[in-house]
Amino acid sequence: MPDLVKLTIDGKAVQAAPGTLVIDAAKMAGIEIPAFCYYEGLTLQAACRMCLVEVEKMPKMMTACTLPVAEGMVVRTETPQVAQARKYTLEFLLTNHPLDCPVCDKGGECELQDMVFRYGAGESRYTEEKVHTPEKQFSPVVFFDAPRCILCFRCVRICNEGMGVGALGVIYRGVLSEIAPNHGDHLECDECGACIDICPVGALTSGIYRYQTRPWEMQHVGAICTHCGDGCKTTLGVRNNRIIRGNNRDHSGINGEFLCIKGRYAFDFYDHPERLQAPLVRKNGKLEEVSWSEALDTVANRFNQIRADGGTFGVIGSNHTTNEENFYLRKFAREVLATPHIDHHRTGDVTALVDALSGKTGRMATVADLYNRKAVLVLGADLAREHPLLSFQIRANYRHHQAHVYAVTPGPVREDKYAVASVRVASGGYFAALEDLRARLKAEPELVIVFDDSFKGPDVHRLVEFGESLGIPVRYICLVDYSNSRGALDMGLVPGEGGMRLDEMLAADLSALWVVGANPFKGTPGVPGSVARKARFLVVQDLFLTETAEQADVVLPAASAYEKSGTVTNTTGEVQRLKRAINTMGAKPDLEIMGFIARQMGAAGALGPWVPETVFAEIRRTVHGYDIPLPEIDTGGAAPTTPVNGRVTEAGGPRPDLIRSDHNGLFASGTLGRYSKVLNSVLEGRLDR
Amino acid sequence: MTFSPQLEARFDKLLKSYPPGRQRSAMIPMLMYAQDELGSVTDELVDEVARRVGVTPLQVNEVLSYYSMLHRKPLGKYHVQVCTNISCLLCDGDKLWEHACKKLGIGHKEVTADGQISLEEVECMGACSWAPAIQVNYDFEHFVTPEKLDQILDGLRKKA
Ligand code: SF4
Ligand code: SF4
Ligand code: SF4
Ligand code: FES
Ligand code: FES
Repeated sequence: MPDLVKLTIDGKAVQAAPGTLVIDAAKMAGIEIPAFCYYEGLTLQAACRMCLVEVEKMPKMMTACTLPVAEGMVVRTETPQVAQARKYTLEFLLTNHPLDCPVCDKGGECELQDMVFRYGAGESRYTEEKVHTPEKQFSPVVFFDAPRCILCFRCVRICNEGMGVGALGVIYRGVLSEIAPNHGDHLECDECGACIDICPVGALTSGIYRYQTRPWEMQHVGAICTHCGDGCKTTLGVRNNRIIRGNNRDHSGINGEFLCIKGRYAFDFYDHPERLQAPLVRKNGKLEEVSWSEALDTVANRFNQIRADGGTFGVIGSNHTTNEENFYLRKFAREVLATPHIDHHRTGDVTALVDALSGKTGRMATVADLYNRKAVLVLGADLAREHPLLSFQIRANYRHHQAHVYAVTPGPVREDKYAVASVRVASGGYFAALEDLRARLKAEPELVIVFDDSFKGPDVHRLVEFGESLGIPVRYICLVDYSNSRGALDMGLVPGEGGMRLDEMLAADLSALWVVGANPFKGTPGVPGSVARKARFLVVQDLFLTETAEQADVVLPAASAYEKSGTVTNTTGEVQRLKRAINTMGAKPDLEIMGFIARQMGAAGALGPWVPETVFAEIRRTVHGYDIPLPEIDTGGAAPTTPVNGRVTEAGGPRPDLIRSDHNGLFASGTLGRYSKVLNSVLEGRLDR
Repeated sequence: MTFSPQLEARFDKLLKSYPPGRQRSAMIPMLMYAQDELGSVTDELVDEVARRVGVTPLQVNEVLSYYSMLHRKPLGKYHVQVCTNISCLLCDGDKLWEHACKKLGIGHKEVTADGQISLEEVECMGACSWAPAIQVNYDFEHFVTPEKLDQILDGLRKKA
């Protein structure tokens, strides 16, 4: 490690690594230098002059955000001259600022407001008319109010560098300068809202949140995004049992402040008008609303009857429900219903990966590894569309550490822009492409291999053999689609000895099929009735009347991820906690529904209490790899599971043909995505053009 | 998009004038020369230059909207720029500007009905020592008085 540079800031002796910026060195010493345009992790801009400090032997004040520390440097951040410079900078920023704080979304959490409060500039000497331009709508999500903009370029940089999209720019000059979208008057972009979130003022506002509330009227609840498998933490702003916004400004969680459109805005499905609010029971061929007790009795009586008659149960679990729910469901199926027929829609072959890595430890990569490891190999997936957080991490790794990125994919991907090698392959061509890259990969100090459902069963074993033959430390990520796809596998929502797979259950003549939070009968798009139920009794737990629920005998309205507590496991096997943000009338968490069914059946004793904490304690005791440190997840962090250290075989042999990813793009999220207004409005906007 | 052979040759030379990977440096001269040929910077031209120098059309737009000598709308055959910045202002540049507007019956960035002359009020052109100054296309006129301006404009009309 190079010698530390010694300098003095406000009389304090400070040491910092060479190249450290004065603004960061001051921060480490507990001295805050105000800044607007400086933003950790983005390129330097030096546009706002808010960070001016005095430096001995330098004739003019310097911008602390661009000045690297030097030996013996003497910096002063709180002199009368500095205070005056800050005040003038603020006065200047306010010359055309509309000061409509009382109606501005940012009021109360605005960096400009805070600075003016702290450094004065309460009076303006500017008497001319302010330049005003009307507000513009760039997209269903992004609105721009030019007069409020302080031209810090944060939005431009986060979009260009962080997102790799580059959809925002600054046009014109001087007082007329304004932010412009990439396609004439509108944006064609990821609609991630990062630009809105990073804006220090209320210039960029979101179509979902604007004019909904004052920031201080919300409570903030840390939840985990329920869409893709990346497991971003999203802090939900809640008021009067309504979710008003999602963001992650406190950077807690594996995603830092990153969120894609789904984590930031697509929580809105929870109050979709079609949300089920009362249980339904089929009477004379029609689904009718009934009380919870009637519905639960109907299910419990029928289940008991089938048990008594020795009938067959099939159970299909979910990619979205919590670990506790999946664990409880499996236990219910195995111990109460005594059936091996249990499965869920599998989206990636984690089982094969764990099996292939048996006997080895520490080989599953985490989200953080994608940012920290020296090289990343992406196989198959278009990460920017399907796994936005992972794509973001790799991009940041490249920007900050010049990581070597290899992309071997069927089509062009965002990673191509900075990859050291981009290879296009047809299905079946992966291993040839890998052989071609062998020499280069061997030369890397370490590698993370990310693969999707292009690799299943024996191919996963072959891939791991390839990885192991490189002679360098290799870690793996097997991509799965949804927020708890990984947890569903880990909790054992897979067939037992002699058990039927999902597709087999759909076609079988079962006495009862119980579907929790899945839509297996969604069928082929455009082919009505392409999957019709065979089971004699169908119970469905869901948020909406899906194609599957429509065919059910009993439909039980379930709570969404944001309406319950529990844990979920993301695609990299990291466990995080969900906290209930709101209560929704009529719906109940799946765990509670299952508990009530068990109670009505008189079987609750065998299953134990349906309290998330209790079930999780049992998971930690009994599920391989889940003996994770509690403080880690209780404080809002993520704890990686350590997968089974031994062979994992699937009853009845592997069936890679049953594993298929939905390959949801940025604006899709399986059945759930159809009920998000924001995702639909973005899609419609695209079709219109 | 295709241009005249002369312009294509110029573009080639420009793109080779900068070190590899720095082709974006050619953006401004390319826009200028193309504007001379096309009469204005069209959307099509923006896309084409973006493609050739390897940036996004938005980035070309950022640059071209910054510079006042690049125009999105066609100008007159003779583009008359009158400086009203400080040195010229002290020498009655503002009166010169008003005079020009009145005489031609057009204002800032407007074109006469026949498409021959356009006017633009500009900031300092670096001709302060000879203030007040005006610029007609690429040529400067120094120490301009209202009478001299009349002569110049009448001359342009005749040339037209
Ligand atoms: S929403 Fe995201 S992708 Fe779109 S302009 Fe903003 S930062 Fe860029
Ligand atoms: S819109 Fe916001 S983030 Fe973008 S430059 Fe203006 S003030 Fe900065
Ligand atoms: S990347 Fe995935 S987990 Fe993160 S916000 Fe988007 S959909 Fe949610
Ligand atoms: S923070 Fe240093 S100039 Fe903006
Ligand atoms: S002020 Fe007119 S040329 Fe300088």
